[in-house]
Amino acid sequence: MPLELFTLGEPIADTTAPRDVPLPDRWNERKFRARLVNPANRRRLSIIVVGTGLAGGSAAATLAEMGYRVKNFWFQDSPRRAHSVAAQGGINAAKNYRNDGDSVHRLFYDTVKGGDFRSREDNSYRLAEVSAAIIDQAVAQGVPFAREYGGLLDNRSFGGAQVSRTFYARGQTGQQLLYGAYQALERQIGLGNVEQHPRTEMLDLIVVDGKARGIVVRNLITGEITSHFADAVVLASGGYSNVFYLSTNAKGSNVTAAWRAHKRGALFANPCYTQIHPTCIPVSGDYQSKLTLMSESLRNDGRVWVPKERGDDRNPKDIPEDERDYYLERKYPAFGNLVPRDIASRQAKNVCDEGRGVGPNGLGVYLDFSDAIARLGQPAIEAKYGNLFDMYNRITGENAYETGMRIYPAVHYTMGGLWVDYDLSSNIPGLFVIGEANFSDQGANRLGASALMQGLADGYFVLPSTISNYLADGPFPAVDATHPAAVEAEQSVRTQSERLLSINGTRTVASFHRELGRLMWDLCGMERSDEGLRKALDRIPEIRHEFWTNVKVSGEQGIFNQNLEHAGRVADFIELAELMCVDALHRNESCGGHFRVESQTPEGEALRDDENYAYVAAWEYTPEGEPPVLHREALEYEYVHLAQRSYK
Amino acid sequence: MTSTETPMMSLTLRIWRQRDRTKKGKMVTYHVTDVSPDMSFLEMLDVLNEKLILDGDDPVAFDHDCREGICGSCGLMINGIAHGPEQATVCQLHMRSFSDGDVLDIEPWRAGGFPVVKDLAVDRSAFDRIISAGGFISAPTGTAPEAHSTPVPKKNSDAAFDAATCIGCGACVAACPNGSAMLFTAAKVAHLGLMPQGQPERDTRVLKMVAQQDAEDFGGCSNIGECSAVCPKGISMETISRLNHDLLGALRAGAVPMS
Repeated sequence: MPLELFTLGEPIADTTAPRDVPLPDRWNERKFRARLVNPANRRRLSIIVVGTGLAGGSAAATLAEMGYRVKNFWFQDSPRRAHSVAAQGGINAAKNYRNDGDSVHRLFYDTVKGGDFRSREDNSYRLAEVSAAIIDQAVAQGVPFAREYGGLLDNRSFGGAQVSRTFYARGQTGQQLLYGAYQALERQIGLGNVEQHPRTEMLDLIVVDGKARGIVVRNLITGEITSHFADAVVLASGGYSNVFYLSTNAKGSNVTAAWRAHKRGALFANPCYTQIHPTCIPVSGDYQSKLTLMSESLRNDGRVWVPKERGDDRNPKDIPEDERDYYLERKYPAFGNLVPRDIASRQAKNVCDEGRGVGPNGLGVYLDFSDAIARLGQPAIEAKYGNLFDMYNRITGENAYETGMRIYPAVHYTMGGLWVDYDLSSNIPGLFVIGEANFSDQGANRLGASALMQGLADGYFVLPSTISNYLADGPFPAVDATHPAAVEAEQSVRTQSERLLSINGTRTVASFHRELGRLMWDLCGMERSDEGLRKALDRIPEIRHEFWTNVKVSGEQGIFNQNLEHAGRVADFIELAELMCVDALHRNESCGGHFRVESQTPEGEALRDDENYAYVAAWEYTPEGEPPVLHREALEYEYVHLAQRSYK
Repeated sequence: MTSTETPMMSLTLRIWRQRDRTKKGKMVTYHVTDVSPDMSFLEMLDVLNEKLILDGDDPVAFDHDCREGICGSCGLMINGIAHGPEQATVCQLHMRSFSDGDVLDIEPWRAGGFPVVKDLAVDRSAFDRIISAGGFISAPTGTAPEAHSTPVPKKNSDAAFDAATCIGCGACVAACPNGSAMLFTAAKVAHLGLMPQGQPERDTRVLKMVAQQDAEDFGGCSNIGECSAVCPKGISMETISRLNHDLLGALRAGAVPMS
């Protein structure tokens, strides 16, 4: 690896998990050893929480219930809008209600294996351990999970598991769980225990004497820039899929809060670990603003194919059977259309790259239900998937009962994030990171129905137990907006806003975002190569330079200005993109969602290199033009045997 | 390639422009060309905004986020209909629902309870205050019993789910001639009142939520039904009957909302 890409710093390690006791006892032991804050003292301690999704909403509500003074910030108009609301499938929990051999240990094992042996055993085990309590909590709040006729909770099976441990609320599980946390949060707001800051975006972290003590925010309605202080700061600001411009994330989802913390010293771990979902509705034109996921359950009855001949643009119904290539069934006879997400995604890309893709721009494959309809009848298919066929029809105007659905992969989750220890503390004391914004539990690939589990585990149960160990030293000396660190942070935010508004160039923010996204999708997406990543690393600094000299941002700083908001977020995505490519290039192995063409088995599966890469890559920020510093955290597996992931 | 060339449309848009809550607003006319029938309505506005930015004009502000019909951020009056003609959120409305040459009036939600923030974006925080007043079950983290200790008849659970799908977009208020928030409030009252966990606070919940709704600038409900007709989640008028039933019961029982 050439030296100019990065420099190697000191190794890093988690020192908070009690490794002197066996794995199943560690969480209890940690809770016992953690110092507590007595209830009377909690009201003297304040905590800033950024975000109101499953992690942020549940944390803000729970910390307020415990008696801490919580200040909660979010950029949407209401806490109920956080992107967790869009999660469809379900939430895993080791309840073993089906008596099918599930256990905490099995959920732990599935998570580590699903993450392709790149997650931390301690964190993954704890996630499985607290999973059951999440279901109890949600039911107590009135979350209307699917039930059976006997009145008990229903379960279904989900990808990567051989047991039925997924709880769900039709296709709107994230919405219902989020509303549970939202209502608990609103209750605390009503009781005066949470100070709320809607339509407010975090733009910097204030670090005083080495501790995170506050944030700088912009009021999105008035444009006012202010500082807010507390004894600890919790980031629950979600993932960064929108670096690809087109993703299944909400338009507002962004990396800004996490990235600005990174620029203040928080390490960013495994940024190249992104997950790409195979069954999304394809792009229809240049105006496309986002992608929509279709439940992967469709692959149970649909058959995936493309024409054998490139450029065959006949109506799919006119293409005879022997001129179709059911490529998944051909290449993976054992699993067929039910191969894992990463393989299904990559193979779709391959056939489209060969020029055999279908649809207006050639980036799509058919998911065809004609065999299933002939076998089971249309009413049976309607009963199972009717809402999905309707959604497809609304978006594309096509009737998928009559013609093959067109699908294509899309980015929808990022496993990487800010580095945290077992206490969910970043390397900056007082800065905690929870939910998708951290890196900790999912490794290089996340199993279906595990994102909701992690967000709520962190917010309801883990953080409220670990943060007391830090706050036991508080309250810390009062800081206000006149402190030099706050003055400097506020000034840097103002300077950036003014700079963005003053460039007055010839290209819109969206045009830069689209260009960056396309580049990342092509070169740091489903398949990555040494050559492609180097090309991206040549190009990204050029985009960054052009952005800062030729972007046109409309309006003023002191008003509701969505274009200015977007500009700040894209500026951060450009910087993140560079780090993602460095991370992807340095990790000269394939694992989970990170597929390097140079590292594959003869069958084309991801080939890990445990000898050289069984570590977390935690990156330290360096100013533009200086290579980032890599801190490695060795991953040790005491309880799970490292093996080639096999789904054959 | 299977698709034939689809003809592009040209449209005239008359859009409500208002700098902020304190300034007067007005309708401004714009022309958009090259509108693909496959665009979503919000993507059509994106295209207009890109053009406005390059021309040095102020782009049109509108709330939006998930663009898949679940976050509840977006909402516009299109030719007088909340969310437009398809009974789906405006992000799920596609331009194939319109024809070349159409003239579209695009306005924000207009209701006393939803002051304009800018252009098409409004302040819906009154909804959060209604939830904050009582739209919850008091179950602090850690207090929950085992999930299966409380079976819920599937019929009740399904009905509760139907009410709980409300996304809080505010179309019901915008469509109501009275500007009433009754469907929103009723959806939450029905959801929680149908669950056994929701019974202990059932009386006080409805009293507090209705009191908060009345304290905001919303009008009264006279069972007109426009709300349900435009609701992108199809929340039924039956929830309003449930609310009235609970409210009457709570008043007759002499329940007093705890402050």
